[in-house]
Amino acid sequence: MLPFPFGWPHYLLGGLCIGAGVALLYALTGLVGGMSSVYSSTWSFVVTRPFFQQTKLVDSRSWRLTYAAGLIVGAAAWWMLFGHGARVTVAIPTWQLFVGGLLVGYGARLSRGCTSGHGICGLASLRLPSLLAVVTFMAMAMLTANVTARLGWG
Amino acid sequence: MTTPITSSTAATPRAPSNTSSNAARNAAAAPVPVRASARLLAALIAGALFGFGLSLSTMIRPSIVLGFLRFQDMGLMLVLGGAVVVTFIGYRFSPKLLTRPLFGGSFGQHESILDRATIIGAAIFGIGWGITGVCPGPAIAGLGAGSYELLYAVAGIALGALTQGLTARRS
Repeated sequence: MLPFPFGWPHYLLGGLCIGAGVALLYALTGLVGGMSSVYSSTWSFVVTRPFFQQTKLVDSRSWRLTYAAGLIVGAAAWWMLFGHGARVTVAIPTWQLFVGGLLVGYGARLSRGCTSGHGICGLASLRLPSLLAVVTFMAMAMLTANVTARLGWG
Repeated sequence: MTTPITSSTAATPRAPSNTSSNAARNAAAAPVPVRASARLLAALIAGALFGFGLSLSTMIRPSIVLGFLRFQDMGLMLVLGGAVVVTFIGYRFSPKLLTRPLFGGSFGQHESILDRATIIGAAIFGIGWGITGVCPGPAIAGLGAGSYELLYAVAGIALGALTQGLTARRS
């Protein structure tokens, strides 16, 4: 059996909610809702370089930013309902969050997708490139996380 | 005071940001503005479901994600599996049940390109994900549950995305 030291129903229910959000976005608007693109499209408000003025980014920046705001609203709703008053703290060191974030942002945009873009939208669309991307980033993340565990990182 | 009507129909050049003049508003307005705001509302509600799910499944906690990557807890597989199945159903059946999306537009396709960038980018993303246990969605969602530490991750991801765009060979 696979180990679930914290139980499993909340994982499945949470996953179904995430899928419901992505599916609802599609049924209502026809939009494919990965999350990493917002980190590029939002730059189009201020960066005039041609890359950031692509139609693809400019035309999607409003809904992507709204979609991202929705993430915060949804998490805040969960917090109010089930948070028991205490905020969720993150114990990972600051530099680790920032440096890891740089790689996450650069890599996800180079790959044109992240855990949601390739992992959810791409796999649900039965796309081979997304499957290969998911296998690649899962393998690299597992390798990295196990190395950092040996090094005693958070 | 000024009359916006001109005999020339040439499009006005894109105004610098922060000038929300009537001309800019008219130029930017979609043919059906009500529908545009409905689509934004849809994005907000869909995003809220997404964020609620990320919180309920504890994916906004980097320590839980790192636990998965270190083979201590298989929960992330259930989260991803559940999300993929529901999304698959939505993607498969929405175009069959509806002639067009309920709030207008057309049913899009996931952008799918396979080249070296797809794989190299995924590998770099994976290394970053393995360092932090944070990926783009949860980094934003966690802010809603009070995890302000994640602002460092959001800043890193945004700068990483900026770097990618500035160094991209072609758009």
